[in-house]
Amino acid sequence: MKIEKEEIIHVGKLARLHLDEAAVELYERQLDDVLSYMETLNRLNTEDITPTSHVVSVTNVFRADTVTPSLSRETAQSNAPEGEDGTFVVPKIIE
Amino acid sequence: MELCQLTIHEAHDRLIRREISSVELTTAVFDRIAAVDDKVGAYITLFEDDALAQAEKADALISQGRVTPIAGIPLAVKDVLCMKNTRTTCGSRILENFVPVYDSTVVQRLKDSHAVIVGKTNLDEFAMGSSNEHSAFHPTRNPWDLTRIPGGSSGGSAAATIAGECIAALGTDTGGSIRQPCSHCGIVGLKPTYGRVSRFGLVAFASSLDQAGPIAKDVTDCALLMNELFGYDSKDSTSVSLEVPDYTKALQTGVEGLVAGIPKEYFIDGMDTDVAAAVDKAIKSLEALGVTLKEVSLPHTDYAVAAYYIIAPAEASSNLARYDGVKYGFRDASSSDLIEMYQNTRTKGFGPEVQRRIIIGTYALSAGYYDAYYKKASEVRTLITDDFKQAFRSCDVLLGPVAPSPAFRLGEKLDNPLSMYLSDIFTLPASLAGIPGISVPCGFSKEGLPIGLQILGGHFAEETLIRVAYNFEQTSDFKDKKPGLTGLGTPAGRA
Repeated sequence: MKIEKEEIIHVGKLARLHLDEAAVELYERQLDDVLSYMETLNRLNTEDITPTSHVVSVTNVFRADTVTPSLSRETAQSNAPEGEDGTFVVPKIIE
Repeated sequence: MELCQLTIHEAHDRLIRREISSVELTTAVFDRIAAVDDKVGAYITLFEDDALAQAEKADALISQGRVTPIAGIPLAVKDVLCMKNTRTTCGSRILENFVPVYDSTVVQRLKDSHAVIVGKTNLDEFAMGSSNEHSAFHPTRNPWDLTRIPGGSSGGSAAATIAGECIAALGTDTGGSIRQPCSHCGIVGLKPTYGRVSRFGLVAFASSLDQAGPIAKDVTDCALLMNELFGYDSKDSTSVSLEVPDYTKALQTGVEGLVAGIPKEYFIDGMDTDVAAAVDKAIKSLEALGVTLKEVSLPHTDYAVAAYYIIAPAEASSNLARYDGVKYGFRDASSSDLIEMYQNTRTKGFGPEVQRRIIIGTYALSAGYYDAYYKKASEVRTLITDDFKQAFRSCDVLLGPVAPSPAFRLGEKLDNPLSMYLSDIFTLPASLAGIPGISVPCGFSKEGLPIGLQILGGHFAEETLIRVAYNFEQTSDFKDKKPGLTGLGTPAGRA
């Protein structure tokens, strides 16, 4: 499995990570090793196997639709790097 | 014995007999931390004033005769479990100043039982690692040999417990993060069945695998902590509504008549000879206690590393998308537009291993690759789980090593992620299958490094694990040995 430099850069963009040239080179080499190792899974025929999504069988969990105490807006926002009038402030999105 | 080296049950006995107070015990633990943590690096945050206040409160309750087995006992908590109004860093720069506004359920349970919480322990960033070298703050060192890693990612909790910097601790296990550091530090650690313990307030790494569990100096303490931690929580819809037995009762039953499977895939060529010998000896001592041994096969063991290192990073890449510099955590203030702010925040905030796993996970989930990686790995996960189901049809437990070698040296595997991942080979399969596993000390290497025996059971078979672990523990004095806090590679004498 050969992973291309462009793919690493593309994946970095998807993951919202800024990868400089050194990082791209490092990940290219390391991911090549890791992904080649992952290829071993293809030795197994899994055609009729149901993928595991949850290891212990539980079904949907419902609760009564009743209001219980919860965090105040102020508390919930207390860790925000920047806030104003009960909102989160972010850099400008629209020109 | 020094107070800080007591177990929970020894300390509890002395507390209720009023031979010692919780304040004295807590002070002894903080004195120990002051003396050794410069060398060990087990903690990220300490709460000395709060802990002493909790200890005073516990002493008052004890004098009224109102006690739980952990009341007034100084415990440490891995810094991936939220604790209200104190910072929870996950070993990451991105959460360096994050102060949760609520308690995780497991921390709440400790508080409700009036335990004394000493501090938050060091870990690989977001619990991703097997050595504690991936902490953004500092590495933790193995108290048995300061030139070696304590294991990870609960390395801080494991090192603190064996070094006497707490009486016992909480850890979390996603792919072996409780069992492996406990093996490397010579103590007892249990990963519960998935769903046995609430994940509410456990900062998510891989949601289908994460479980919190106890890290303790002996099996009795482990059972006491299981009684406190286990149980359904309406705040975690994946927690299971099953009655919690009193696990200390399992300490009173022998093991005669139990069947222990020996998976041949767990005894591989190239395994460290001291590990193989110690585990073999442990198996023989259980046989001498009346356990019937049976060779079994878990044929898909070899595929666990590949399956795990797709599933866990895929879930991590999704879970860690929340760190965007908006709602909490670090924000790069220099960026002028939103996308740039996201990118700079995450690139500066996450360390190299976390970024590597986000990249692997994002790649595995990206368009065109989902079927080849995530779906394939989830199918292989079913095969691995079926291996265990098959084995547990004829066995009560499975026995094997926790790790293929004793603790490696700091830096040894840091530049080669794949070789670090491969060191998890014996703990990953149980994680993927969601079954419980316990690590119990079973000997020392020629160099004096601890070796752990891993005991695995079927879903919710923790009582059997405790039973086997306790009976085995009584056959040796491994649990009474304490580390020298020196570098074995350095000249003799106490550092």
